[in-house]
Amino acid sequence: MAPPLSRRTGFSRRAQYGVFIGYVAAASGVLVGAVLVLLSTFNPPVFATMRSAVAEITTPISSGFAGVRRAATMPGGLSDYFGGASEIRALKEQLRQEHAIVMRARMINAENRRLRALLRVRDVETTTVVAARLVSSTAASTRRFATLNAGNRQGVAPGQPVRGPEGLIGRVLEAGPNAARILLLTDPESIVPVRRTRDGLPAIVSGRGDGQLDIRSASSANVPFRAGDTFVTSGTGGLYPPNIPVARVLADSGDTATARTLANPDSLDFAIVQRPFLSALPRPAPVER
Amino acid sequence: MSRAPRQSPFAEPRSARARMIAAALSITAASLLTLVPIIATVPYLPPFGLLMLLGWRLRAGELFPTWAPVPLGLFDDLLSGQPLGSAMALWTITVIVIDIIDSRLVWRDFWQDWLIAAGAIAFCLIVARLVATPIRAHVDTVMLFQILVAAALYPLAAHVCARIDERGTPRLR
Repeated sequence: MAPPLSRRTGFSRRAQYGVFIGYVAAASGVLVGAVLVLLSTFNPPVFATMRSAVAEITTPISSGFAGVRRAATMPGGLSDYFGGASEIRALKEQLRQEHAIVMRARMINAENRRLRALLRVRDVETTTVVAARLVSSTAASTRRFATLNAGNRQGVAPGQPVRGPEGLIGRVLEAGPNAARILLLTDPESIVPVRRTRDGLPAIVSGRGDGQLDIRSASSANVPFRAGDTFVTSGTGGLYPPNIPVARVLADSGDTATARTLANPDSLDFAIVQRPFLSALPRPAPVER
Repeated sequence: MSRAPRQSPFAEPRSARARMIAAALSITAASLLTLVPIIATVPYLPPFGLLMLLGWRLRAGELFPTWAPVPLGLFDDLLSGQPLGSAMALWTITVIVIDIIDSRLVWRDFWQDWLIAAGAIAFCLIVARLVATPIRAHVDTVMLFQILVAAALYPLAAHVCARIDERGTPRLR
């Protein structure tokens, strides 16, 4: 089939100018696009308003989809009734075995509270801003953002940490009236200060972009990481409250370890937005001359 | 919901304006497909908006003015999570290059269109990755698969475009 020679204009001056102006418009569109990319690379929040305006309209749609998905996956619970008796027996056995551990943990907990009272340690309360659902994500992009269906009407503000029941999810990047954009832990530009639960070794967790995390020691080089090492937030920097589970190391390694997030991303159901652990320092007053 | 019947060859042809509106709507709808409720850990959805744009451009080059990808790409950028302006610039460059190919390679069959589309997808995804994500990020393998999947989906996009162009959009009755 011969394609129509659309851009052949013949001798019509009018048509020639039309096509020429079309190309000029396209070229300036490319230039504008390149400038916008540069702007958003060096100052990411600059177009937050436009994105939140679109998210405001699209978030109800994906919330609806998410609701449909939950409803569709609900009947899976039905199969749990079969084989329930044997499972109950196994769980009872497990409960009996772990009773001693629980008792010991309770004693340690009580003792810890007493010692803290003796030392007069002042604890910073972490307060929850809102619990909302993550409804969609940037599945076609190499960046890892998710959309939360709560915004600054519900008290969400940029910079607040977001966690799930199993562990840290990320932090709020932009907040519109009813929707917010979350930078997930696995994004290549996400960095979280953590410490190892075993010995308190300070480390830094950064996203790799392929769903896993890189862990580097923050204090000294050549610290061995062992498979199964668990890391929790350290509270350094004042953004993330301490002791939120973050990651588990996958394999023994020397310098940089690959780890898995503890909050399973696709089972993300409810996300809890918290206040930053320590509020941002006030801007220094301008010096009088 | 019932589909409009195929247009009779003797009927009045669909106006260019109606076809253009159908094309623009289907491309924006494809950009909206990122709203599916999944929290992805890797980029596994193909760029549907770009696929539909290529489907329309390679089917009917005269439908759009050359600058049409500027607003369409802007809309895609607002949803996709890439830095604003990347699809705007890359989609327009793609369409300009296809215009150049059009003037050199006038008689083409579907395989050549498919090859052009695959090249365009690879170009857009690779440059968008370089712009959006730091070099040290481990996203290249996944992106390669994303390019392969998107290139494999081009015939489907072309089919959907042809369907919409011939029979109009499905309407509720």
